Amino acid sequence: MSDRAKTLLLHGGVLVLLFALQFVLPAYHHGNLARIMVLASFAIGYNVMFGYAGLLSLGHALFFAAGMYGLGLAVAHGGADPVSGLLAGIAAALAVSVAVGLLALRTSGVAFMIVTLMFAQVGYLAVLYFGTYTRGDEGIVLQQAQRVLWGIDLTQPGARYFAALLLFAVCLLATLGLVRAPFGKVLIAIRENEERARMLGYDVFRYKLAAVVISGVLSGLAGAVYGLLFGFVGATFASVQYSIFPLLWVLLGGAGTVLGPFVGTLFMFYLIDLSSAVTSAYMLVAGVALVLLTLFAPQGLVGEIRNRIWRWLP
Amino acid sequence: MTLLSTRGLSKSFAGLQAVHEVDFDLPKGEVRALIGPNGAGKTTFVGLLCGRIAPSSGQVFFDGRDISHLPAHKRIGLGMAYTFQITSVFGRLSLFENVALAARRRVQGTAAVRAEVMGALAKVGLAGAAERAAGDLSYGHQRLLEIAMGLAQAPRLLILDEPTQGLSDAEITGFKALIRELSATTTILLIEHNMSVVMEVADQVTVLNFGEILAEGTPEEMHANAQVQAAYLGTG
Ligand SMILES: Nc1ncnc2c1ncn2[C@@H]1O[C@H](COP(=O)(O)OP(=O)(O)OP(=O)(O)O)[C@@H](O)[C@H]1O
Ligand SMILES: [Mg+2]
Repeated sequence: MSDRAKTLLLHGGVLVLLFALQFVLPAYHHGNLARIMVLASFAIGYNVMFGYAGLLSLGHALFFAAGMYGLGLAVAHGGADPVSGLLAGIAAALAVSVAVGLLALRTSGVAFMIVTLMFAQVGYLAVLYFGTYTRGDEGIVLQQAQRVLWGIDLTQPGARYFAALLLFAVCLLATLGLVRAPFGKVLIAIRENEERARMLGYDVFRYKLAAVVISGVLSGLAGAVYGLLFGFVGATFASVQYSIFPLLWVLLGGAGTVLGPFVGTLFMFYLIDLSSAVTSAYMLVAGVALVLLTLFAPQGLVGEIRNRIWRWLP
Repeated sequence: MTLLSTRGLSKSFAGLQAVHEVDFDLPKGEVRALIGPNGAGKTTFVGLLCGRIAPSSGQVFFDGRDISHLPAHKRIGLGMAYTFQITSVFGRLSLFENVALAARRRVQGTAAVRAEVMGALAKVGLAGAAERAAGDLSYGHQRLLEIAMGLAQAPRLLILDEPTQGLSDAEITGFKALIRELSATTTILLIEHNMSVVMEVADQVTVLNFGEILAEGTPEEMHANAQVQAAYLGTG
């Protein structure tokens, strides 16, 4: 079997499995998995920049929140329907990521991390400052009537799961196509050796900007869908916590692998979920597990599988 | 006809004049060797040509056009290719992918890229190792990979910075044949310490010393030049 066939089979298989799971999972895990697929889409967006282009952002909450508030404000204050709301979310994430990219990409390394962190902090403070519209920490709750898309009620678990799966499938297949295309190979080349990529004639800045925008738009789309599916748009999602989460998910699952973000999100979600059922010191359990993984699987779960077994994994 | 020239090209690093007021002309189709003792400014000079290093002053012309203000990737786009003195391959990527990255700027489509890549790898004798990671190669073979990446760009001007360093005698013989074959279609600027390579493949030689052009002429003339000898012996 060719690498291409194996790749399609594996990733298609994961999507089919996720589709089938909704019919067998108990309600609790069914709800969890819907949430995980949306958060994994956020992680997939993060991975485009960090895993493939090698740009470590500490401010991705900004993009997630841009999409979420783009949708939330349009629906709550503009009376937009969900489709227009999603488009507003995407537009907001697009605008923010172009602006952040143009400015932050003037720096690199640690300075880039700090600049993205600062931009996200500005976003968080802006959410609090404009509390009249955003309702700050309390957040905007979207009513059931505002969450009906083409006659489908997205507050229903079945519809919600399906919508989450659809988003996840789009993000997964988009990145799969991206990294197998020449464009993705150039991002990898820039990650591996920026100077060499430049001296092969690639406009490194343009490629990096494209990576930031794709990453920002996917993250924003995930944020908008999250708001729509779970009906809540709050300042927490703009806080530094939501900048750190995608980094952790991607590191755990495997940076620079297409499936890694999902595996990492799933793993960490259940790690916290299960340990919190056993002990109140669940963050300690999670922390220890993270340290162990970092020591023994530094490439992340999927990264290690690629190193040891399936070398063809994209 | 002149393909590349410089006027008053200079570069200083914190007071050190690495390249000083160099006027240089390279006719189309020529194989030019650039020689000079360690620290003469050879690598800095070619870095100024392809835009890797910003000059302190002076101009670079390529194909009659002033390219002094073009960024590196645009100069490469005009048909320059540059191979690094300190090998700079994509260590974790396969040889195939290393060369494909060079080829894809010129050709598109899986089959066409594959043909270009395998052709370039075959020319340097690495076709059999196409799927290996570049970082696993010996130093000499990484240098050959660098050359293959240059070839895959089918450049109008190929700049090679000490390509034979670390190669075996047999590989050097192969390299000389490759340059002769390539010289029919490509202008080549070659920084080289190995005098047998210079004597056998270069049409003309430029000698750089302390950032300035000390002498220019045929390999035989330079070989016999007392000033050049003195520079190499460290008394110049
Ligand atoms: N980035 C830099 N910063 C400071 N000094 C530099 C830098 N690059 C080169 N130099 C200095 O400029 C001078 C010329 O260096 P260059 O590398 O161009 O010489 P070279 O002729 O290529 O030598 P070699 O034969 O050893 O490769 C040297 O004195 C070197 O130390
Ligand atoms: Mg040098």
